[in-house]
Amino acid sequence: MAELSELTRHIESYVDTSRSPSEQVASLRAITSLLKKNLLPIEILVREMGLYLTSTDSVIRCRGILLLAESLDCLSSKPLDTSTIHSLIIFFADRLADWKALRGALVGCLALMRRKDGVGIVTISDALAVTKSYVHNLHVQSLAQHDRMLCFELLECLLENYPDAIVSVGNEIFYAICEAVDYEKDPQCLLVAFHIVELAMRLFPDLYGPSDGIVGEIFDTLGRYFPIHFTHPKGEDVDVTRDELSRALMFAFTSTPLFEPFAIPLLLEKLSSSLPLAKIDALKYLSHCTLKYGADRMEKHAVAIWSSLRNIVFSSSQEPVLSFDCESVDGIGFSDDDIAKEALTVLEKLFMQNSVLFLNLIVNDEDINLIFDNINSYMNFSNISLQSKRKIHGVGCILATAARSTVFSCNRIFESFFPCLMNTLGISILKPSDNMSPSGKHAVSGTLNFGALYLSVIVLEACRDLTVGSAQVASFPTHETFCCMLERFSASLARDFISYVGRGNETSMADVFLGVKGLQILATFPGSFLSMPESLLEYILTALVSIITENFQGTLSWNLALKALVNVGSYIEKYHESKKEISYMVVVEKIGSLLTAAKCMMPYSRKLEAVSEVGMSGRNYMLKVVPRLEEAIFTNLSDLYVNGYMGPAENTVRLLECYTNKVLPWINNSEGFDEVLHLFVINIWNQIECCKHFSTRTEEKDIFEATMKTMKFAVSNCSETSHNAIVQKAYAVVSSCHFFSWNESAVNHVEMRGLDISHELKLSIRDRWVLSLFASVIMAIHPQTRLPDVRATLWLFMEMLLKGHVPSAQALGSLVNKFGSKANGQSTLDEAMDIIFNTSISHADSAYGISMGIGDKSTMNLADLCFGASNSRLLQINAIVGLAWIGKGLLMRGHEKVKDIVMILLECLSSKGGRHLRQDSGQENCEQDVSSSVMTYVADAFHIMMSDSEVCLSRRYHANIRPLYKQRFFSTMMPMLQALIIKSDSLFQRSVLCRALAYIMSETPLVAVLGEAKKLTPVLLDALLMFSKDNLDKDTMYSLLLLLSGILTDKSSQEVVIENAHIIINCLTRMVSYPHMMLVRETALQCLVAMSMLPHSRIYPLRTQVLQAVSRALDDPKRSVRLQAVRCRQAWSSSPVTT
Amino acid sequence: MVSDLINANPVVYEKKERRVRSTPSCLDEYAAEPIDQLEIFDHLRDIKDPEHPYSLEELKVITEDAIEVDDSNSYVRVTFTPTVEHCSMATIIGLCLRVKLMRSLPTRYKVDIRIAPGSHATEAAVNKQLNDKERVAAALENPNLVDMVDECLAPTNGLAG
Repeated sequence: MAELSELTRHIESYVDTSRSPSEQVASLRAITSLLKKNLLPIEILVREMGLYLTSTDSVIRCRGILLLAESLDCLSSKPLDTSTIHSLIIFFADRLADWKALRGALVGCLALMRRKDGVGIVTISDALAVTKSYVHNLHVQSLAQHDRMLCFELLECLLENYPDAIVSVGNEIFYAICEAVDYEKDPQCLLVAFHIVELAMRLFPDLYGPSDGIVGEIFDTLGRYFPIHFTHPKGEDVDVTRDELSRALMFAFTSTPLFEPFAIPLLLEKLSSSLPLAKIDALKYLSHCTLKYGADRMEKHAVAIWSSLRNIVFSSSQEPVLSFDCESVDGIGFSDDDIAKEALTVLEKLFMQNSVLFLNLIVNDEDINLIFDNINSYMNFSNISLQSKRKIHGVGCILATAARSTVFSCNRIFESFFPCLMNTLGISILKPSDNMSPSGKHAVSGTLNFGALYLSVIVLEACRDLTVGSAQVASFPTHETFCCMLERFSASLARDFISYVGRGNETSMADVFLGVKGLQILATFPGSFLSMPESLLEYILTALVSIITENFQGTLSWNLALKALVNVGSYIEKYHESKKEISYMVVVEKIGSLLTAAKCMMPYSRKLEAVSEVGMSGRNYMLKVVPRLEEAIFTNLSDLYVNGYMGPAENTVRLLECYTNKVLPWINNSEGFDEVLHLFVINIWNQIECCKHFSTRTEEKDIFEATMKTMKFAVSNCSETSHNAIVQKAYAVVSSCHFFSWNESAVNHVEMRGLDISHELKLSIRDRWVLSLFASVIMAIHPQTRLPDVRATLWLFMEMLLKGHVPSAQALGSLVNKFGSKANGQSTLDEAMDIIFNTSISHADSAYGISMGIGDKSTMNLADLCFGASNSRLLQINAIVGLAWIGKGLLMRGHEKVKDIVMILLECLSSKGGRHLRQDSGQENCEQDVSSSVMTYVADAFHIMMSDSEVCLSRRYHANIRPLYKQRFFSTMMPMLQALIIKSDSLFQRSVLCRALAYIMSETPLVAVLGEAKKLTPVLLDALLMFSKDNLDKDTMYSLLLLLSGILTDKSSQEVVIENAHIIINCLTRMVSYPHMMLVRETALQCLVAMSMLPHSRIYPLRTQVLQAVSRALDDPKRSVRLQAVRCRQAWSSSPVTT
Repeated sequence: MVSDLINANPVVYEKKERRVRSTPSCLDEYAAEPIDQLEIFDHLRDIKDPEHPYSLEELKVITEDAIEVDDSNSYVRVTFTPTVEHCSMATIIGLCLRVKLMRSLPTRYKVDIRIAPGSHATEAAVNKQLNDKERVAAALENPNLVDMVDECLAPTNGLAG
């Protein structure tokens, strides 16, 4: 009983309209949970609610019914027995008549109708009762939006779930639908309403006689919404878009072919509308209707449709820009507008559906025939009026669409128009026996006619597309009419095209474009359709090649010809045209041989472009081209080694760059080139091995660097297995050099004595090449690669890095980065570290170090060198740079040993490290200088460690990179450096520390730094001011400034900014006039704009200072800075300032 | 503002597309890019007409050709064409142009603002008024005028210099 009283309380609270909505929701939830837990049978609920459901007070009745309905809605998955459902649905259906309490009845009906099978559903007879009650009682349009929505949903639900019930209601339902939908304006309701019409029309596929009126009436209701004009502001929370509505309406339009007599005239009428959107919509609907209504029904409208479509295509509002440039070789040379494109889609559908009819229309069309009759007025592209261009473009589009749609229509188009075109061009059938050498091109008697040429190219292209498309399907009847015609004309067409290209320079570019395009199309017809004699293909290809080799001054024709050649190549590769491939290979050979042909006058860069482009059009071609390129590289290099190379140095550099930047990346993405690359690298080594004496010209820095880069790229692209062989080979070459002092007998000797670097070993040019290339190999190999002798390699690099050979240091860094911890018997990382750090190094000046009392050893190790144990400043700097690269390798893999390196570096920076140098030195000043420059190198070491290097230790070179290593390093280093900065006793030391920290900051992701903004801002500003004194660290400075702007715009660091506003502005106003980098000035001004958002009282005192700085920036040499300055000034002068 | 507009129904022209500068400006860090016609025009084109919600460019009050610049001699002359001959807004427009240039150009510049010959009834008077620095300064002391000018100069789409 207690439960019952509680239930009553809940019911009362829900029904009482004075309660708050949250209370009502709570009581509804309580009741449904009782129902769900079976604590309360639904019958009891109904009985308890009896009075509320039948009360004469409509407000109470409404709430009561709604409560019952809402609770049923929550029970959608709870099984209910049939009788309960029956009595409930009958109740709700009955209530539909009660307009004062309608909401509850609608929700209840919906809740019951939507129940899934298996938990008790409404029977068909009950659904019929609901439908009838709906039809008789509901006046949808007199209701409010939400109720209308419910009504529509109920009807939709009935149509979807109980079609039988609807069918038995009969035509009456249509009247109800018409009445309900008419004048509906809410987009959400409309979406459902359109769907209702679609469903209903599908249910009655053949409305009988008198219902014709109904169809008309329904369409009348529907047609009013076309085209959808929907101008809801974006801000409103309507989640219906125009496109959705338009699509829904389209489905409604095409739901039944019965709409055809009404829809097509309407759509045709809208085609002449001036609204572009309406046009596009009408065309979209039209193409959908074509598919749905069927050929018979569409036939009636054929003439009308054809004439409107033709008019649209002919008068496409946008200027038909006949754009003849390289990019458009792939498609038709036009930029189309959407409307014409859509119209052509419709046309294509119509062609597919009813070819005969529409082809007749085209063939007999007056406008089209007029153009063909007057084709002679389109002789020269530059003389044709815009109107005529538009027309001829339209005709081209229509013919192409027709030819592309089916084989039948293609035949027909060819029969009707092709002879005329050929005639105009003066092309006669050529016997295959005729001479078809390119030399005959001047003898062609063709008449120059742009219009005919354009149309034939367009039609040919469409025809080619058709055949290529259907070649895939393979169900294509061979030897169609158009094939035969083409076969007859192809030879003379090719000649004509070539003559157009030849004439191009003196006439217009359009002719060249069309000529090349025509040739390309002829060459890419599938062999199964057009049995073109091989000689013809060769003829075409030769013509293209001769343009490339002879006509290298003409940019456009050259580019077009190359592009066409590449397209032909990729076509052959894609469709495996084996016969054509043979001919094409000859071309590839020919182009490839350009590189070594001394006679050819072509500029070297063009040669390279042609070779690489042609190679990249297919794998087989690349296999042919790569040896050519490599051959050229070898010849150039050996020339260089032996003779000092006669030709210009740029060519070798260009060649190497082309190989590394274009060919290698392409090779990397395709398979089967491992062997090629491997051989290439080995051959380079062989070549060096054989050549013992290098000429002096080999010193050319550009070639040297390019070769190193090529070596690195090539090695990094090789497979892991070939790496072993490559390293073996390289090592063999290196160990035969005389600078390589390591040999088995000397092992003990060296280990005992340590590394002796006292001899100033002069490396010969060859030695330098060998060593650097070896370093490049080491930088690029996989971590798993086995090194022949790790210790010897380490010693070598150690020695060389101390002598100032930076690539050796980089190679050493790569080595420590890639060492496995315990991999297949190789030396471990720990051993390597041991060698690096504990090898004793002797130097002629080591006595100096000993006298300073660094340890009691008679020799030094790397760390001692960094501290300046030797007297030589150069040695110290080399040691530091080397240490930086080693540190970078360790840092990237996240090895803990990097701490030791950092400690050494910090030691150098701290006062203790500096003291070694100043101690017992007679010349204080001089030493100070030495120490200062050394300390700068230490700061730079942090730059090396943190910045991403292009040269080594990147993903490309298989580096071992731990995620977030930068953040980690930043968070460990920041407190250490900050403590040192606070302790620092000299201004200079402080500046170096700042610099180090700045390098670290500038490379760390912004998010990590933002958290520490408070502590870092002062250092950041100091560093900025320091860097601004010279132009050496522009990029670091720029990234620091970006960091600062990040801090300025971040909400969380606002406090720091306000606190430091004064010094920030001080710094920024100086940056505004930084002369060495435009981006710095620009960013500084943007930062100042951001500063102007700070509280007025804080920044007001700074205003004059800023405005002065900005007014100077107004006279900046760079335009974009001036623009920013104007903006900044606007932001800072809230009230107008007169100057 | 005035209840009946001076030119109630001005002809609105299409905006010219903003010319994108062909060469990227960052090729040489130290090369100077002198202030040119287009730059001045970019400063002025988005100034709003005092009585219509259109920019001076849309009303063809100013065009790019009507600007003469000589960067080496620090001289600019802007010639503008009021929409109607008796336009009393001509001085306001001129004032706007002057203030805008004053705020956007380096101080070394001498700015000359003129009405296109024959396009205004009191051409000489207006020209004299616009190029008299005492009178311009006095005008800018007047808070009402300053408000009006600021409203015209308020950036509209973020593109205004």
